[in-house]
Order: sequence, then C-alpha cells, then structure tokens
Amino acid sequence: MVKREETIAFFVEKAKEDFALVEKNLAGVITEIKNSNAKKLNYIEEFDAADVLRQVAELKKAKYKGKLFGVPVTVKDAICVKGIESKAGSKILKGYKPLFDANVIERARAEGAIILAKTTQDEFGFGTFATHTEKVPKNPFDNERSCGGSSGGGAGFTAFTKNFHVAIGESTGGSIACPASFCGSVGITPTYGLVSRYGLIDYANSLDKIGTIGKNAEDAALLLEVIAGYDARDSTSLQNGFKKEDAPIKRLAVIKDFFDGCDDEVKKVVQKKINELKKFYEVEEVSLPLNVKYALAAYYIIATCEASTNLAKLSGLRYGAQGEVEGKHFDAYFSEIRSKEFSDEAKRRIILGTFARMSGYRDAYYLKAMRVRTKLINEFNNAFKQYDLLLNPTMPVVAPKFSEIEKLTPLQNFAMDLCTVPANLAGLPHISVNVGFGEESKMPVGLMAIAPHLQEKRLYSFAKVME
Amino acid sequence: MAKVEVTKELIAKVAKNARLNLTDAELEKFVPQIKEIILDSFSLLDEVDAKEEPSFQPGSISNRMRKDEVKKSITQEEALKNASQKLRENGYFKGPKVL
Repeated sequence: MVKREETIAFFVEKAKEDFALVEKNLAGVITEIKNSNAKKLNYIEEFDAADVLRQVAELKKAKYKGKLFGVPVTVKDAICVKGIESKAGSKILKGYKPLFDANVIERARAEGAIILAKTTQDEFGFGTFATHTEKVPKNPFDNERSCGGSSGGGAGFTAFTKNFHVAIGESTGGSIACPASFCGSVGITPTYGLVSRYGLIDYANSLDKIGTIGKNAEDAALLLEVIAGYDARDSTSLQNGFKKEDAPIKRLAVIKDFFDGCDDEVKKVVQKKINELKKFYEVEEVSLPLNVKYALAAYYIIATCEASTNLAKLSGLRYGAQGEVEGKHFDAYFSEIRSKEFSDEAKRRIILGTFARMSGYRDAYYLKAMRVRTKLINEFNNAFKQYDLLLNPTMPVVAPKFSEIEKLTPLQNFAMDLCTVPANLAGLPHISVNVGFGEESKMPVGLMAIAPHLQEKRLYSFAKVME
Repeated sequence: MAKVEVTKELIAKVAKNARLNLTDAELEKFVPQIKEIILDSFSLLDEVDAKEEPSFQPGSISNRMRKDEVKKSITQEEALKNASQKLRENGYFKGPKVL
C-alpha cells in the first residue's frame, strides 16, 4: 500500500507552500548522488551541480508553480538536455553537448521539474542488463547483480534514493519494464507516439518510446502525464493523446506462453499475486502462439535494421568523438572512428542490421519482419476483444549476477527479452509493478500489464489495485 | 528462400559496407555469434506465411503538412560548438577529403 505522504503529488503540494522543502529534498538527493558515485554504483552518467543550482534559483522566482514543482528528475543519457553532455552511453558521442532540450525536457521544466542528472544505460539502448557501456550500474538490492537494461541507471537510482525523485527512461524492446522489474520500481512505457521523440538519440525509430520510472505507479503516471502530448517536430507524434475516460477493468488474462517460459522462482511470486487478483477481477489464461514464437526474431530484425541506419550518421564529424582528418579519405576516416568508438555490441547490431537490409536479403528479412509484425499486432488486438488487460511476468528471471551475464551468448541475451518485446513491437502501453521478492535470491519480481493502444488509464487504475 | 550461408567473407563484406574495420580477432568472435542469431532466430520467419501489409509503424500514422515558414534556429557559431578545434575553420566544419 502506497501512502499519500510518499507520493510526488503530495511533495509538490507541500513544496508550493514552503520552498525550503524543495531545497531540503534536493540536498538529500545530491548527497545520495555523491554517495552512490563514491560506492561506484554507477547510476549517474553526468551531474552538473552549477546547472542544478541555476535551476533552483530560477524556480524560487517562478510565478507558475507546476505539477512537478521542485521535483528532481533524472534523465536517461539518450535524451538531450541543453548544455549537458548527452551521449546515449556511447563513446562515439563523448563530449556532445546538445544546443537544445528534448521535448520531454521542455515539458518537464515547464511544470517546475529540476533536471537533475543523466543516468547510465547500455550504449544506444543495446542491451538487457546495462552492461554494454563503460559505467555499469549495480543493483541496489545486491551490488553483484545487474539493474537491468537498458534504462538501468534510472531504475537503479529510483530504487536507491530515499527522497522524492522520478526518472525519465526510454524503451525500444523492454528497456523500461526490465530495469523497473529488476530494481523493484514501477515503469510505464506508453503507446508508441504518445510522447514526442524530439531530442531522443534514436535506437530504432519505429520502436522507441520515452516513458517513466517511479517508486510507485502514481509518480510514474504523473510524470508521464507531463511529458506526453503532441509535438509537430516528431512526425510520428499522436495528435489526440491517451483516452481520458476511466475504463472499468473486468477481465484479465495471463499470457500463458510467456508465463511458462519463466524461472520457477519468478512464477511462484507472480502466481501468488495473480491468485490475489482473482478477488477483484475475472482472471483467465490466453495463448499468443505467434508472438511467443516469432516476436523476438521480428523485433531483432527491425531493431537492428533501424539502428544500423541511425548509427550511419555517426562518423566523427561535427560532434562527439573526432580525430585527425589530414591526409585521409572520408571512407578511411569514418571507418577508423567508428571502429574505434563503437562497442562490440554496437558493431554486432550494425552488422546484423546492415545484413538484413542488403540487396538479396531485404525482402526475406526486413520486409518479412514488418509483415510478421502486422500478424503479431493482430494477435494482440484479438486478445483485447475479450480481455481488458493482459498480464505476464516482466522478466523470466530475477536480476542476474554479472558473473552469470558474462556467460550468455548474444542470442541468449536477446532471448531474455521474451516477455517484454511483444508489447514493445506492437507499440502497446504497459506497466511493470513489483509484486514481491524471490524466495531464494531475495531479488524483486515484476508483473507486467499490457493495455490496448492509448489505454494508459487502465494501467494506472490496475496498478493502484496491485499496490 | 535458400538458407543463407554466414561465412567470414560475408560478414567482412557487410562490415565494410557499414564502415567498420574488423580485426581478425573480432571476425573470429563475431562470425559464430552472428551466425547463431541469423540461423536460429532471424530465419525462423521463413516458415511464417505473411501476406499482410507491412507495419512500418505499430499504429496508423499519416503525413502531416506544415506551412513553409522561417523560424528561429541556431546560429552558425552555435552549430560549430560541438566540433573539435581541428575540425572547424573560418566558420565552417572541416572534414576529410572526398575526392
């Protein structure tokens, strides 16, 4: 049960009357950033104290006191913040300081948020464990284990802090739900297009969704409400936003195929919660045989194809890592910088995506994946004719140890996204909520609820019942 | 479609197209990993009979026109801010030889 005194909404209400609360909370969070840095927990990629102080001074004079008045907000490194190094966890963008704020940052600032720091992530979002980067965040419940990826720093810090704070994350194939689950936080990934991608360093354009992570569902929902909305600078931005009316939830279904693929420890915790839910809802089982079999393949083809085209622009000119061009042909120069600065994971994904788009393979892989995606979306839509929400364990495992992750092959790594990829591929809104801790590992377990497009409201009301 | 053969030569060619120089050690490492992904995952789609229209986006979106208006943008000086000292000259970006 979440107490009202623990919510951001409560803090904002009080902060509007007494600015000292803003300063006290902020001082607390800054101390925590320093402590977490000292302990090398690696949640924070970039923190600029002078920039934060400047924001506080402005806020103190502000006439309009918004919905996030005085709330410290951390931001996934892939999202551009004016004047603050934004490099999507990648060496190739080192030193890049955007000249503008992403749309979500503009919106958060307009409602009085303090943009506190950038959080660590897998390079360009390429990963499930936030290990594909220089600063690897460590799980606050057990520092030998992963925070999950790719928005690992944001979820980790959300769980770590004792103060009022919310995090902006981003999900392409599960990068909000996964770390929220591993860190025992709440993560909301909205409908594709609900939140503007303007100012997001792209991973895969048809899959990327900026979303939120909070200590509770209300906090994550409040931040989402602030950052959502139409933006003409993103050609895929939706004009009408999410459905405002409260849709009553009656019937739920557990996606059996996903549930069956999970570790026993996870199943046990999730099953217990599902039994409790039966007091409030009709709960049945549903099978999505096409999604369980083909979603990962279709997703990884589409994601790597789009990523390889996006990363083609990074060539050591104009911003980020740059070298010596004298006497070099452009091909040699671009190849030199790219080979030096991209990690193994980025290189593998660039090769996979370039391969799947090459003449002779394009129809068999890229185009085929897009057709299969239609089939997979249809399968979800059919299920939503009968059920208001679909449920599954967010991750098939609890946060693994770094020593276990090292042993996984790249394909085994991809397979960990089994439960989160389908909803992401279909652009469906989903939430991950903590439902308990594994008996043996004592690590958090998340339950994920998926709603039809633009039915974010259902997710909030469901999460409240869960909490 | 005939089964694709993932060889060292193919991966080297793809990497070159993507402007990546791979060392021999990288090739040795990547080829089996990529082979596993293409053959055990990507190729699963071969068995699906998909006549549906492709979903290039997860929902339906349509083209939106905007007025062709001049708006405030960044200055030339600002645009150069992220370029290294070596890669700017007389208010321009400097790049490698093209010809």
